[in-house]
Amino acid sequence: MFDDLRDLYQEVIFDHNRNPRNFRIIENADRKVDGFNPLCGDRLTLFLKMNGDVIEDASFQGSGCAISTASVSLMTEIVKGKTEAEAEALFKTFHEMTTGKDEQINLEAVGKLAVLAGVREYPARVKCATLAWHTLDAALKNEKQSISTE
Amino acid sequence: MPDTNLPHALNSDKKIKYKEYTPNKQTMTQFPIDKIRNDFPILNEKIRNKPLVYLDNAASSQKPNVVIDCISHVYRHDYANVHRGVHTLSVRSTDKFEGAREKIKDFINAGSDKEIIFTKGTTESINLVAQSYGKANIKAGDEILISAMEHHSNIVPWQMLCEQTGAILKVAPINLRGELIFDEFIKLIGDKTRLVAVAHMSNALGTINPVKQIIAAAHERNIPVLLDGAQAIPHMPVDVQELDCDFYAFSGHKLYGPSGIGVLYGKQALLEAMPPYQGGGDMIRRVTFEETEYNTLPYKFEAGTPSIADAIALGAAIDYLSAIGMDAIAAYEAELLDYATEQAKKIKGLRIVGEASEKGAILSFVLNHIHPHDIGTMLDSLGIAVRAGHHCAMPVMDFFEVPATARASFAIYNTKQEIDVLMNGIESLIEVFG
Repeated sequence: MFDDLRDLYQEVIFDHNRNPRNFRIIENADRKVDGFNPLCGDRLTLFLKMNGDVIEDASFQGSGCAISTASVSLMTEIVKGKTEAEAEALFKTFHEMTTGKDEQINLEAVGKLAVLAGVREYPARVKCATLAWHTLDAALKNEKQSISTE
Repeated sequence: MPDTNLPHALNSDKKIKYKEYTPNKQTMTQFPIDKIRNDFPILNEKIRNKPLVYLDNAASSQKPNVVIDCISHVYRHDYANVHRGVHTLSVRSTDKFEGAREKIKDFINAGSDKEIIFTKGTTESINLVAQSYGKANIKAGDEILISAMEHHSNIVPWQMLCEQTGAILKVAPINLRGELIFDEFIKLIGDKTRLVAVAHMSNALGTINPVKQIIAAAHERNIPVLLDGAQAIPHMPVDVQELDCDFYAFSGHKLYGPSGIGVLYGKQALLEAMPPYQGGGDMIRRVTFEETEYNTLPYKFEAGTPSIADAIALGAAIDYLSAIGMDAIAAYEAELLDYATEQAKKIKGLRIVGEASEKGAILSFVLNHIHPHDIGTMLDSLGIAVRAGHHCAMPVMDFFEVPATARASFAIYNTKQEIDVLMNGIESLIEVFG
């Protein structure tokens, strides 16, 4: 019945939406930033525990749609152990993948995150997928204010 | 692109089933639904290869041929600027434009066409009252009373006025059914209240407010009342003299007319006393560099070239609706809403947001564990247009502790079959989300 949506709602996304990974508070987090998408009402708080410039642990709290929940869940998994520079590079690649500016995007470079590539066909939903990453970007730049994708 | 070999949850080949229902023969024979559907060409559109089921009418309604053709006709045959020239076309354009004002006057039963001000829409109408009436009559410490179910456009103009004047915005609470708590509202009307501004019908909840009682209570203390009629006007007969409201604001685009045109009704005595809202052409009688003499009503509030063709086409929309009859429309839509509510209540995990005893054709709902935006995207893939979001009423979302809702809102061209398609779609997406 929902054949047209196969590229958007893949099983991995349903899985992460049902059972979000790293859905917890890091008590002694070094970075804590709020992300908010006023259009949808998606809200999340991202926690990072740093070890030098390496992201030792990442977690989140909040609520949102399946796309935004899966995106932040996958992100907290994938950035663990990455340096700030590696995470920023990944953000850039992810952003290009979801906004569709580069048709030749190397999906291997984003690994599991490739399941979110389908949002590029749904302009109204791109912000759901990128909210997590804009919040991470702010956290890495150590910006204290909350982030909005509007 | 994504790996198409990934296991996928959306493989259900479930077909849309049309549930059996017994039509109310009386209404069905009286209400010319087939003819009406034929009048709206957009209903033939396929969305994602499915027939369009348009249930986002509270955001904006679709346009009948008479409105579309009217705009085209004006630009092809009748267009020139209004109130300007002695040439034939300008006279013709002015006649049609003023004719539309007359139709609107009759449609809401205003006492005079001087009381019908053309604006861009409800939002501009409310801003006009806030900045003109408000600035002239409301001072520091005065109070403006609204309700907790207002659209942002009936909140923010008053907040801006409060910032400018030092006045205080008071908010009358609502209950969990989405109804105004009338006793609390009455308690908030006090010696300092200078204006009451409430929705005739809520866009997020569908609630129809007890506006006659509200107006009577406010008038006991000589407090004027503005009704935000954006949602009510397409769904029910509105008689501003019977209501005795002081201001009534609405938009053309929700009334099957064009966007970019709206109306502010105001009682003549109030409008006469109010200073102009914007300065410019058309709103003046005589200008020198020393002083300007303002034009009479309604032109005093219509600075600049108005949306001429859109105003005339709004008149065409009103003719169209009047021919069907607003009472018949209200009865037909009440039947649609009852049916939708009944069907929605059968769906496990669905919660209706807004269950006022007096309600217009809006069904706002949430589903357990499924975000409204996901509902919106999934229904869109079935050709169903619903609104998913906060409906420009964030305080309402906060009150019901939801980030957003999905909202199906009905119009004269919707059918019970379409409601079946919606309900079937909701059941299927619940299945897919698991």
